Amino acid sequence: MTSGGIRIKAWAAAAAFALFSGAAWANPQPGQLNMTRGVSEWSPEAYFLNNVALGVCTVIGVLVFGAMFVAMFRFRKSRGAVAEKWSHNTMLEVVWTTIPVIILIVLAWMSTGGLVSFADTTGSQMTVKVTGYQWKWRYDYVDYQGKAIDGVGFMSKLDDQSNETRQLDSGLDPKSVKVGDENTYLLNVDKPLVLPVDTKVRFVITAGDVIHSWWVPALGWKIDAIPGIVNAAWTNIKVPGTYRGQCAELCGQDHGFMPIVVKAVSKAEFAQWLAQQEAAGKAPPATPATPAVPAPASTAAAPASASTTAAPAAKTPGKQG
Amino acid sequence: MAHAATHDHHDEHHGAPSNFFTRWFMSTNHKDIGTLYLVFSLLMFFIGGSFAMVIRAELFKPGMQLVQPYFFNEMTTMHALVMIFGAIMPAFVGLGNWMIPLMVGAPDMALPRMNNLSFWILPFAFALMLSTLFMQGGGPAGGWTMYPPLSLQSDSVAYVVFAIHLMGISSIMGAINIIATILNMRAPGMDLLKMPVFVWSWLITAFLLIAVMPVLAGAVTMLLTDKYFGTSFFNAAGGGDPVLYQHVFWFFGHPEVYIMILPAFGIISEIVPTFSRKPIFGYKAMVFAIAAIAFLSFIVWAHHMFAVGLPLGAEIFFMYATMLISVPTGIKVFNWVSTMWGGSLTFETPMLFAIAFIILFTIGGFSGLMLALVPADFQYHDTYFVVAHFHYVLVTGAAFAIMAATYYWLPKWTGHMYSEFWGKVHFWCSVVFVNVLFFPQHFLGLAGMPRRIPDYNVAFADFNMISSIGGFLFGASQLIFLGVIVHCAFFSRKKAADRVWEGARGLEWTVPSPAPHHTFALPPVIHDDELAHGHVDD
Repeated sequence: MTSGGIRIKAWAAAAAFALFSGAAWANPQPGQLNMTRGVSEWSPEAYFLNNVALGVCTVIGVLVFGAMFVAMFRFRKSRGAVAEKWSHNTMLEVVWTTIPVIILIVLAWMSTGGLVSFADTTGSQMTVKVTGYQWKWRYDYVDYQGKAIDGVGFMSKLDDQSNETRQLDSGLDPKSVKVGDENTYLLNVDKPLVLPVDTKVRFVITAGDVIHSWWVPALGWKIDAIPGIVNAAWTNIKVPGTYRGQCAELCGQDHGFMPIVVKAVSKAEFAQWLAQQEAAGKAPPATPATPAVPAPASTAAAPASASTTAAPAAKTPGKQG
Repeated sequence: MAHAATHDHHDEHHGAPSNFFTRWFMSTNHKDIGTLYLVFSLLMFFIGGSFAMVIRAELFKPGMQLVQPYFFNEMTTMHALVMIFGAIMPAFVGLGNWMIPLMVGAPDMALPRMNNLSFWILPFAFALMLSTLFMQGGGPAGGWTMYPPLSLQSDSVAYVVFAIHLMGISSIMGAINIIATILNMRAPGMDLLKMPVFVWSWLITAFLLIAVMPVLAGAVTMLLTDKYFGTSFFNAAGGGDPVLYQHVFWFFGHPEVYIMILPAFGIISEIVPTFSRKPIFGYKAMVFAIAAIAFLSFIVWAHHMFAVGLPLGAEIFFMYATMLISVPTGIKVFNWVSTMWGGSLTFETPMLFAIAFIILFTIGGFSGLMLALVPADFQYHDTYFVVAHFHYVLVTGAAFAIMAATYYWLPKWTGHMYSEFWGKVHFWCSVVFVNVLFFPQHFLGLAGMPRRIPDYNVAFADFNMISSIGGFLFGASQLIFLGVIVHCAFFSRKKAADRVWEGARGLEWTVPSPAPHHTFALPPVIHDDELAHGHVDD
């Protein structure tokens, strides 16, 4: 019992804060009660839809459960209630079929808008290829502002401190895995994905062995990384910062240990970082950072629906664990 | 053999065979086979529950304390397979076996020998599947959905596939039996639209089973040939498609979800009128709503796959179709509440479970509606929000309905009353702890905790600890359930009346308690007043 239990006061304060201003948080917080608003152009779509749907459900729930509780108190046999005989009321049935349909139409209209904007990956200024492996991610920078990038790509895996701590009976305390004040246990990597802010970034996402799913809550979505299929998605991060996520599709024994970290920086910083990486990539005799993975030929508009079968020759499934 | 035939004939007039082996292993009696199903499902409920305890214990606090990650994955996979195929489904088949012939005035199931076979396949299927946990390569660890390529990395593919084939055969035979019984063996006067809602719900469920179990068998057979015979159905490198498996699986999987809830709707539709002493509100609407839900279940499968990168048109179609389901489901909930309105209510244990079902299942329905909205689902998908959603639907939905049904019909089965006090203790413990267990999981999912992970960031620690405490207490509460059943079956001295509950209507209450080994050898004369829905004109 090293966990220290629940510090009620701090917890309650955090909970209240999370409930009413949860939008401010980008990464998971103790006591967080609602979805993050996120930091990208699109992520508020998911957040607001979540809040509207939750509100609608709460109102319906209060009405229906309220009616039930009234019935349970008013019509108790112990209070002398005598059962009535009716079992039908056409007017009522028409009303409670029609009203839900109207609510659904409104929700459907709202969702469709968010879905269409999510599917539109056109007009991107940058392309990153993401490949999931058991149990790490590979990032290849394909192009930036219309120029192809050569030789910038790297593996990104769980940081060493988390990895030592997470071993069975390691005796290490997950609470002490920190970067600054933030606990980063299982949510930190050796090399984050660096992206510029205010840039529409297109991701092409695939996998090398089994299905993974690339998810950073602050960006507002997840999408599966599937061997033999290239999925497309986009983001446009508005706020510089470090955003943490995890693989969201069961992918074997270390599924819980392949986090994702996105470091969003200003365009100037990004240009500098990219130049460094390109220089390092060309410097002999360093092994080329990018193996012969065919990059998608063009950044030009490809709808999310076009799942082309570019096949990174899926390796024969090896033994798990 | 002539002697044996005479002997059998002799038995028919004097109740159950006295030889234990003959009675329980060679039974063709719907009541005994129903009991076998129910006992089996209770056993599986505790085995599957013990796996859940391992999961919650490991997730009690951050850091790995108890098990290796691979074993954790075996536990999540086996917990789901055992609970779905071993606990929930056989429990409903057991209830159907016991009650359908009694409710429609039939002497037995239409195909009694097949009935025996469809039960006795199950212990072998589960022995096969559970045995993998003790083998060198370990059990299945790729999730109960068995998505390739991951599931093909396991050494237990052949065992699990064969076990699923056996379970499928058992389910299909059970479904055929139920359809044949309901359509052919009703007593004269038991018109289709006078049948209890429970019988209706099983009739529709049986058609779903026959439609989709072969689809599952096909999907897992393709896994088998991909693993051992060099095919590439789901292998991209060989021209196959991993997503194809998900489409085929969920074409089975979504109707399967309703296979596990429609009979629960039927049970609640029996219990609420009984303890409200008032006919069910909108009988025909209830039946049509079940049929509508069953139809819609075939065209919503891809809502389990919103994150696989479906084309925009497909996401929109499956979103709209999924949202539609909330209309007939809402009608059912409104009708249950209206049945209570203006009634004369008492709150015995079955009614308490039924009321908890209506409220908590509806909460599961609300999160289901939220999950249907694709842009929000991009966040919810594969998180603890989904885990909370389907446990509200399956535990406080299906499992609570099974518990309600057990308390409701137990006196009819055993001839004795269960302890109302301990039944209520079981109810209050269950209903409180199940919410402590699953409600915080909504928050965990919204905050960003993926499902099926053995360890997590410190930010998720508090709610996981609360959830685990609720889990242990909910698990312990089920020992009370076991105690109440054992007490009622073997030790209770309080005799049950034929019509156990004052407001109960239907043929099952016209036979003695306990129900004799053979009932309705002659078709009953049906008085519409005795039926719950004898005078339906709406």
